[in-house]
Amino acid sequence: MLGLGVDRLQADINRLLTSLFHQGVLDEQFLQLQQLQDETSPTFVYDVINIYFDESEKLLRSLRLLLMDREFSDYKKIGLHLNQLVGSSSSIGARRVRNVCVAFRSASELNNRPGCLRGLEVVEHEYHYLKNMMHELFQLEQQRLLAAGVRYPM
Amino acid sequence: MFNPFTTHHSSDMNWALNNPNPEGKEPRTTTQSSDFYHLSAKDSPQKSRKIDFWRSGLMGFAKMQHSVAVKMNNGNNNDQVGNKKGSTFIQEHRALLPKGLILWTIIVGFISRGIYQWMDDTSKVRREEVLVSMCDQRARMLQDQFSVSVNHVHALAILVSTFHYHKNPSAIDQGTFADYTARTAFERPLLSGVAYAEKVVNAEREMFESQHNWVIKTMDTGEPSPVRDEYAPVIFSQDSVSYLESLDMMSGEEDRENILRARETGKAVLTSPFRLLASHHLGVVLTFPVYKASLPRNPTVQERIAATAGYLGGAFDVESLVENLLGQLAGNQAIVVHVYDITNASDPLVMYGNQDEEGDTSLYHESKLDFGDPFRKHKMICRYLQKAPIPLNVLTTVPLFFAIGFLVGYILYGAAVHIVKVEDDFHEMQELKVRAEAADVAKSQFLATVSHEIRTPMNGILGMLAMLLDTELSSTQRDYAQTAQVCGKALIALINEVLDRAKIEAGKLELESVPFDIRSILDDVLSLFSEESRNKGIELAVFVSDKVPEIVKGDSGRFRQIIINLVGNSVKFTEKGHIFVKVHLAEQSKDGAESKPALNGGVASEDITAASKPSSYNTLSGYEAADGRNSWDSFKHLVSSEELLTSSEFDASSNVRLMVSIEDTGIGIPLTAQGRVFMPFMQADSSTSRTYGGTGIGLSISKCLVELMRGQISFVSRPRVGSTFWFTAVFERCDKFSLKKPTVENLPSSFRGMRAIVVDAKPVRAAVTRYHMKRLGISVDVMTSLRTAVSTASGRNGSPLPSGTTKLDMILVEKDSWISTEDIDAEIRQMNSRTNGNVHRKTPKLALFATNITNSEFDRAKSAGFADTVIMKPLRASMIGACLQQVLELRKARQQHPEGSSPATLKSLLTGKKILVVDDNMVNRRVAAGALKKFGAEVVCAESGQVALGLLQIPHSFDACFMDIQMPQMDGFEATRQIRMMEKEAKEKTKLEWHLPILAMTADVIHATYEECLKSGMDGYVSKPFEEENLYKSVAKSFKANPISDSSCSQS
Repeated sequence: MLGLGVDRLQADINRLLTSLFHQGVLDEQFLQLQQLQDETSPTFVYDVINIYFDESEKLLRSLRLLLMDREFSDYKKIGLHLNQLVGSSSSIGARRVRNVCVAFRSASELNNRPGCLRGLEVVEHEYHYLKNMMHELFQLEQQRLLAAGVRYPM
Repeated sequence: MFNPFTTHHSSDMNWALNNPNPEGKEPRTTTQSSDFYHLSAKDSPQKSRKIDFWRSGLMGFAKMQHSVAVKMNNGNNNDQVGNKKGSTFIQEHRALLPKGLILWTIIVGFISRGIYQWMDDTSKVRREEVLVSMCDQRARMLQDQFSVSVNHVHALAILVSTFHYHKNPSAIDQGTFADYTARTAFERPLLSGVAYAEKVVNAEREMFESQHNWVIKTMDTGEPSPVRDEYAPVIFSQDSVSYLESLDMMSGEEDRENILRARETGKAVLTSPFRLLASHHLGVVLTFPVYKASLPRNPTVQERIAATAGYLGGAFDVESLVENLLGQLAGNQAIVVHVYDITNASDPLVMYGNQDEEGDTSLYHESKLDFGDPFRKHKMICRYLQKAPIPLNVLTTVPLFFAIGFLVGYILYGAAVHIVKVEDDFHEMQELKVRAEAADVAKSQFLATVSHEIRTPMNGILGMLAMLLDTELSSTQRDYAQTAQVCGKALIALINEVLDRAKIEAGKLELESVPFDIRSILDDVLSLFSEESRNKGIELAVFVSDKVPEIVKGDSGRFRQIIINLVGNSVKFTEKGHIFVKVHLAEQSKDGAESKPALNGGVASEDITAASKPSSYNTLSGYEAADGRNSWDSFKHLVSSEELLTSSEFDASSNVRLMVSIEDTGIGIPLTAQGRVFMPFMQADSSTSRTYGGTGIGLSISKCLVELMRGQISFVSRPRVGSTFWFTAVFERCDKFSLKKPTVENLPSSFRGMRAIVVDAKPVRAAVTRYHMKRLGISVDVMTSLRTAVSTASGRNGSPLPSGTTKLDMILVEKDSWISTEDIDAEIRQMNSRTNGNVHRKTPKLALFATNITNSEFDRAKSAGFADTVIMKPLRASMIGACLQQVLELRKARQQHPEGSSPATLKSLLTGKKILVVDDNMVNRRVAAGALKKFGAEVVCAESGQVALGLLQIPHSFDACFMDIQMPQMDGFEATRQIRMMEKEAKEKTKLEWHLPILAMTADVIHATYEECLKSGMDGYVSKPFEEENLYKSVAKSFKANPISDSSCSQS
């Protein structure tokens, strides 16, 4: 039934987005981001989000390494990493990641190691949740594009 | 120090990290709040009230709640420390105050006692002195009197010796003696009587008895005297003592001793006191010797005894003597006088004085008395009759002193207590003040945070609603969604207002300065309200004086906000009549229109108009207006002065002060409410908000905004007549061409040079119409009557137009004028047909202005020949233009901007610009680049400040740079400073000025304040994530502020 599900797929996408908004996973910045996408850069959102995931993955790995170290004390570096994460998260509108990152950051500012560890877990949890959702979204998007691309000769 | 912040955050963290399911908003709020309550209850001394306040207000906003509350707690703690430091000496020793008072009272008591003692002593001394002097005086006088009497007795003795013994025969007999003594008794007042006794020796007794014819008798019995050696029988006696005759004076023991002593000493001798026979007074007997022959110069005792012839005696009535004496002296009642014979010192004999009469025994004085008898000693003792009374001055002075002392003490005590109380109050007030300030800060924070917190989900809601509306919806669903969207927008608007208010209060609102066209803004505002005013049948008109510059520089958004607010209010409260917005220079109103002083408050003006109430007013709609300034009388000054002074002359000053007045004929503002119109959340009365809705915050914001624009806002209002609000605002003059094209509303230019007749009986309205026509380039003649206009147009009477030309392109008729002119339709038709027939003359097109028009009227208009068009009010130049275009079938090539709105303008700003984006965050970089690219800019990215510096080596081809502030190694500020340094060096070397607009990008507006950006040489900032409007504003500002970049962009 190629091509016939465009509307349904669009509705699915909207529903998914709505639920993400409801949960506070995303905020209006994501909409702004979507608006930036046009014919000249059809995969803009996808690109940005991918970069975001790449960067964040690196940062999270680095954070985990830092925190796992027993004689660890470089809270400043954690703060820098988290700043990056907060910045990019707010840029793409990943609101919940951003919020938990802020909490994590305040724990790191207080050199609260257990807090940091918990923070890291929560951030990772949120991050993976976001990643899954985004994955789903992009898949839907792709399907929609495919469906929209289908032309039946009249 | 214990930092509540720490715990709060960690507790927040703990929560966030423990809770596996962060979606649960509910548990989050409650956990946090309870945590917070617990803490604050421990920390803060004024917990309960605050908690209630927060609980009621802020249940949903736990996140900001604790940060605010914690700050307040901190503040309080510090403050309490400060309070303790500030306490004074008195306060520290407040417990001693009552003791001090008691001590003081005791001291005063002692002092007054001392004073009493002293005064008492002095008075005692004085009393004693008085007593001494009185006593001495009495003693002396007594002595004197006594000696006088004694002298007389002495004289009597000499008399007796002279006339009884030296004469022979004797010249004195009893009769003579008695007679003489009686007659000289006044000289001896004290002597009850005198008697003379002759010395008779026993040998001579017989002869003596026979000679005198009586026997010598003893004194006590009266019997004939027994035989003795010697006798002293009385031979002469005064009548008062005649009973003494023949009594032997020597028979009494005492008398005998007296006589013996007297004759031995030759002086007057006294007996001890005894009761006198006759008067029973105490008295003494005075005995004086009489010698026979003159004695030798110093006679011996024997010689004296031998020479003794007799004895003269008298009884001294001491009692009456002293009584007399005392009677003569003042103050005798006050003292008690006793006279004693103290010859026998161990047994003083009382001579005078009542022994019972003790008097004041504490004080007495003794005076010696010398009655000339060396053998006898006397003394006088004086006492006060009464005990010394406590003197009046002591009685008054001492209690008075005590009272005053006590009062002084009490006053001091009271003052101290008062000081303590006042200081306590002061500290309490200080604490309250701190609390109030904290509450104020909290309020502002609350407002800001809440507004922000509401806005964020609201954006979500609105976004979702927009998305929802894009989906397929049934019409009902769509209606619901649209309603929800409208409501959401209204809510956002309200929140923005509240935020505005809070911002203004916090002094954080800054006006921007961009060039804008006042006229088009006013037209916009009018178009916003045109629908509503048309529905209500209100005339809505705007007039801008020609002297007002076309383009001014200022905050157009805020200006618009004020006007929208005021006009909105007017529309809301006006049911009939008109709303008239007028803009002119403030100076103009001074010299021209202000012929009548501005009347504030309705009372005075009511009096004036009540006196001569015309049936119709020369205002826009003919309804009465609150302020006479907009009526034709003053309005024509404005219009005529414009005609005289064309806009050629330009003021030298760069600022222009505009005066905007908004007049309506609505319900007005009750006099009682006029005072608080500009107070936030105050509407004229509470019923107003029920009837008309609204929060009442608008006017207060307008006031603040006007004040920010260095102007004033005020109003004149009369209930049931209307209100006129006016405000002034200062704008910068601005070059006409400095305004970027897109924002200018393009008025069609195809009408230039056309002529028209406006038919309107109301001059104000005609002036407004003329103003709009003028903007289109149409010159206008105003005629008050349609008939003359028609006849002029048809050229029937051949009279040329007042302006001299005969060319006429259109006749614009106000509906009122048309309706009121009877039977004109035919003429109009005729005119139409005639001119249609005339090939050489162009038909003047007819158009009708109307605020509202009924169907029947519309049909009539059609039939009358106004088929061309009916132009609905409110008038706007662009709308008139459009309608007239229709009428005149002019085709205008619309030039540009089909999309019109801000992306296009942003696009126009950014198209072709080469922009450098510096951000260490790849995602951010990408997003920023995407956004800028969307607006047509060419974007180059740099991931650090160093890379950016490398790219920006002069010469470079970038038009602008967006710089992230927070970057590792080199932050945005530092990078900017270095860039500016490079530019400076380049200028020195090449004499070419370089200035690259650098805009900061920051996620946190509070963190990096605008000042900080400017300080490091940036031109502005854009908050991340990008928002179009925000971006546009910053970009427009910095590009415009910088002509070099303009020129460079035109080159590129």
